Amino acid sequence: MIQFKNISVSVDKKPILKNITFDLKPGQITALMGPNGSGKSTVALTLAGHPNYQITSGQIIFGKIDISQLSPDERANLGFFLASQSPVAIPGLNVKTFLWQIFKKFHPDQKTSLSEFRSWLAFESDTLGIKSELLDRSLNDGFSGGERKKMEVLQMLVSNPKYLILDEIDSGLDIDALKIISLRIQKLAQDLNSAILIITHAPKILEYLKPNQVLVLDKGQIKKSGDASLVQKIIDSGFNS
Amino acid sequence: MPTTSYKKLPYEYGFSDPEISVFKTKQGINQDVVKTISLLKHEDDKMYNFRLRAFQYFTDQPMPTWGPDLSDINFDDIYYYLKPTDKEGHSWDEVPSEIKNTYDKLGIPEAEKQYLGGVKAQYESEVIYGSLMKKLADQGVIFCGMDEALKKYPKLVWQYFGKIVPPDDNKFASLNSAVWSGGSFIYIPKNVHVELPLQTYFRINSQKMGQFERTLIIADEGSFVHYIEGCTAPIYSTDSLHAAVVEVFVKTNARVRYTTIQNWSTNVYNLVTKRAQVEANGVMEWVDGNLGSKVTMKYPSNILVGENAHAEVLSIAVASGIQHLDAGAKAIHLAPNTTSRIVSKSISLNGGRSSYRGTVYISQGATNARSKVVCDALILDKLSRSDTYPINKNSEPSAFIEHEATVSKIGEDQLFYLMSRGFSVNEAEAMIVNGFVEPIVKQLPMEYSLELNRLINLQMEGSVA
Ligand SMILES: Nc1ncnc2c1ncn2[C@@H]1O[C@H](COP(=O)(O)OP(=O)(O)O)[C@@H](O)[C@H]1O
Ligand SMILES: [Mg+2]
Repeated sequence: MIQFKNISVSVDKKPILKNITFDLKPGQITALMGPNGSGKSTVALTLAGHPNYQITSGQIIFGKIDISQLSPDERANLGFFLASQSPVAIPGLNVKTFLWQIFKKFHPDQKTSLSEFRSWLAFESDTLGIKSELLDRSLNDGFSGGERKKMEVLQMLVSNPKYLILDEIDSGLDIDALKIISLRIQKLAQDLNSAILIITHAPKILEYLKPNQVLVLDKGQIKKSGDASLVQKIIDSGFNS
Repeated sequence: MPTTSYKKLPYEYGFSDPEISVFKTKQGINQDVVKTISLLKHEDDKMYNFRLRAFQYFTDQPMPTWGPDLSDINFDDIYYYLKPTDKEGHSWDEVPSEIKNTYDKLGIPEAEKQYLGGVKAQYESEVIYGSLMKKLADQGVIFCGMDEALKKYPKLVWQYFGKIVPPDDNKFASLNSAVWSGGSFIYIPKNVHVELPLQTYFRINSQKMGQFERTLIIADEGSFVHYIEGCTAPIYSTDSLHAAVVEVFVKTNARVRYTTIQNWSTNVYNLVTKRAQVEANGVMEWVDGNLGSKVTMKYPSNILVGENAHAEVLSIAVASGIQHLDAGAKAIHLAPNTTSRIVSKSISLNGGRSSYRGTVYISQGATNARSKVVCDALILDKLSRSDTYPINKNSEPSAFIEHEATVSKIGEDQLFYLMSRGFSVNEAEAMIVNGFVEPIVKQLPMEYSLELNRLINLQMEGSVA
């Protein structure tokens, strides 16, 4: 379990999050909603350990230890996976090679050969609607918004994530793609008994990935929290009701 | 091999009988040293005079001051000639430990290490050497040492030698012309395609490696050859100056690719003049990787004299610490529809400095000539530096030159993104850097590209705070 305990965060000395507390439990889905600029991505980046996001007070408890000082790679190796709101391009970094490197990192003992990995990759890409030529290109370089999001899912599948942080994974995807991807993530989370944090301002994805708890963020603070029924209230009357 | 006997001899020159066993000219350079070299090599009068003329040009020219600082070069400290077989300068113990470590990390075999470390003059690979040479000879290809070529094929050599890099071209080309030794001579007959690259094995075997090597390649009409010089493993040399001259003649419809991987130890001044003349429909490609040396000055030049001639220069420089790598290219368009493409990528780290220096010239009458120059610099830290010095001169209204330059730092967001996938700072940075050089690395033969990537990673290890 991960506990976000009384966390306040500043960027460039500017306070953004104030005293946020919530838990992420294995097998559970948490939805983090709220208007633009309310601090949702800041929560995601703070969880993943972005160096510009300074925790000014509070703790991130993993099991029994405070991990708020760990670097992003140390957190990834504990099972954190951030699907970024806007994944960056790495020119010259071949997608297949990159995925294979992630795979080896997270499966050090597996005997999977490169060719077995390739057929697995071909299958998964096809399921996710990723064109095979995309796998031979540079990572996210010239990819459309939707292609980048699908690429995040592919990376997630090779990483054995225990804590999935999905920052607007739904933006840029058409309705069909959204469904396919949501179901694939759901299966992954079930297989690994992972916790999911879904950040979104569109409730559609929550029809596929039904949240156990819903948090509404406003101006850096948790304004409301509740169960899945809170989603319907937001649909009916917006964030400001 | 006699390794000790000659060391007892005084290093003298000025003898009258070139047959006596003198192995090394005296330290420093003057006219007598130049004469001695020619006499020792039993050269004809023509080369003897060529050398003397070149020496005069060398003395007359000032040190170039427009580029990197060369003021530490002391021409009086250098030995200009020593017999190649006796070039067993130092013991394995003297090879710096960081270079030995690199050999280990690259998994270089013991025998090759000794050679690369400058301990052994020869690296034995007779089998590969012999069978390939026979196949080439059957096709009429000439591939031998420059000294041997001058003896065996003087007419052919003199038809081309010094014709595109004349002895008064620049101070270091003049020095090379005066004291040159070793290097390769290649002649590819009409319409012969040499499938395998002619590469390092050959030069290792035939002792073509040297401080003042001279390479001449003639690709006759419709022929093709890929020549690879140098190797990715660091070459440890106690010699502080490497001044080579390379001349390439690309005849009508011929294509030459010239790949260089330079990884001299960081005490070496690497000042090289490389030039190609390309006739109609000919293609000249330079792929140039610069990892080592203290200072490099190298601008492969292409004189496009025939219609539709094309030149391509792809270069990478990785400058770290005290290194100053000043590299670039020249394209001189003298005929219609000639094209050139120059892609230069540099990485500066740990206080290293890299520069792109290039010239594109399009003469009047070179109608529809086109040139594209792309320079991308990646600077890894605040101590490091990168500059570009492009000169474009277009005298033909229907022609055009395109120039793009970018300077980038490794983005925080790129690093964070890769680290959040589980990669360490070093791994993430290496991925970004390897991606940056990928467009050029992929042009190299497989074994070179793998080693180049590993070397760049080694250079970067521990460079990140
Ligand atoms: N790197 C940054 N530099 C400056 N301000 C930032 C930075 N990241 C976020 N902010 C600010 O923090 C607030 C919350 O942003 P964010 O977490 O991205 O919101 P959301 O994801 O809910 O749209 C916004 O006012 C935004 O401008
Ligand atoms: Mg956001």
